[in-house]
Amino acid sequence: MAVEMLSYIDRKSPVHALSGATKLIAFLMWSSAAMLSYDTRVLLVLFVLSIYIFKISQVKIREIGFVLAFILAFLLLNNVAIYIFSPQEGVKIYGTSHVLIEIVSRYNLTLEQLFYQFNITLKYFVVIPAALLFIVTTHPSEFAASLNKIGVNYKIAYSVSLAFRYIPDIQREFRIIAQSQQARGIDLSRNEKVWKRVKNVSTIVFPLILSSLERIEVVSNAMELRGFGKNKKRSWYSEKPFKQRDYITIIIAVLLLVLSLLITFHDGSRFYNPFI
Amino acid sequence: MWKNSLSIKTIVAIGIGAAVFVILSRFVAIPTGIPNTNIQTSYAFLALMAVVFGPIAGGLIGLIGHTLTDAITWGSVWWSWVFVSLFVGFFTGLVSNRINIESGVFGKSQIITFNIVQAIVQFVGWFILAPFLDVLIYAEPASKVFTQGAVAGIFNIITVGIIGTLLLSSYAKTRNKSDSLVKE
Repeated sequence: MAVEMLSYIDRKSPVHALSGATKLIAFLMWSSAAMLSYDTRVLLVLFVLSIYIFKISQVKIREIGFVLAFILAFLLLNNVAIYIFSPQEGVKIYGTSHVLIEIVSRYNLTLEQLFYQFNITLKYFVVIPAALLFIVTTHPSEFAASLNKIGVNYKIAYSVSLAFRYIPDIQREFRIIAQSQQARGIDLSRNEKVWKRVKNVSTIVFPLILSSLERIEVVSNAMELRGFGKNKKRSWYSEKPFKQRDYITIIIAVLLLVLSLLITFHDGSRFYNPFI
Repeated sequence: MWKNSLSIKTIVAIGIGAAVFVILSRFVAIPTGIPNTNIQTSYAFLALMAVVFGPIAGGLIGLIGHTLTDAITWGSVWWSWVFVSLFVGFFTGLVSNRINIESGVFGKSQIITFNIVQAIVQFVGWFILAPFLDVLIYAEPASKVFTQGAVAGIFNIITVGIIGTLLLSSYAKTRNKSDSLVKE
């Protein structure tokens, strides 16, 4: 049951050197630009930029290959589903219809549909490198500090950091419980029928959840004893102070967001239409 | 409301709850045979946490747990669906006062209240909110996302209805009943 997860990759690179708060702000702006815009030109520019930033971060494709495989499979499925459910969505959006291949009237392959699905896929390709980079270049405990820095209540930021802290522990506990149940002859594999599987899985879920509730009790008592939450503010061990490069990055991110929104919406529509 | 409900216990419940949510949605999801649709035990857990620790804990466990799950499995976050987890956690948590699980009583009337509320909240969340946000943010075809939402919604309502109810009743058994003392 060795399932890989994305985690921090330590490198010396300009991207790693930025403060976590900067990366968080830049990432939020970047994904809002990609989410709001459907303008192919904007998306293409952002995509090329994200590849470039990925390159200077010195993270190797191999290190995140398993996630990329997941995402590509998802995108393929998603595109097929879109085509099955709404093969004329592109025609509806762009207002023209250039039929490429005739199949059955509704499922005729049009240039507009291809362009529309290309745009959807491109949107994901713009967000994914940025999100991946943010995850692998920001240390989890620095992430909590940066959440607090951009204005999130420190108690909430602390619970995010607790979540990061306990994911490996709970994963280990999950494995121990799963193995001991399997040793008792409970089959968790896909050989069982769905409802039998649900029943078998609940023999893991119940002890896992009840023991986590106990853990909550223990941890909160320990924090209470140490006087957590007494003061209005809190300092963070892993917080990086802002430097010149942080300000520059934030300014560039804001400019990119404003520019891409201006270009996208200047004609009143979020779609770029090459068909008129 | 914020001041009182952000006790240390709530903060820890949010943190560890989000971690358990991540592990459950990562490892304990049973495929149904329909692509991209799993029986998610994590939502039964979310319902339990919302009822035990209240709406703010429920909402934030949904938000943080779902965001982290998306981030570490896919490398990107589907905000439209994350928002629904927040919504479901928060509004399921609103019944926590009525059910009062800490009293150790989880009988027929509490089971009915819980299931009516979770079904309504999840119906609004998965059938309406998720597809609506998908269309708004990602401009995906409406018929596709409404079908996805409906399928996910049905499975989640059933899962929470069965596993969530069982979880709550076994949690209630670990509490001392408020009327357990007998005068001799």
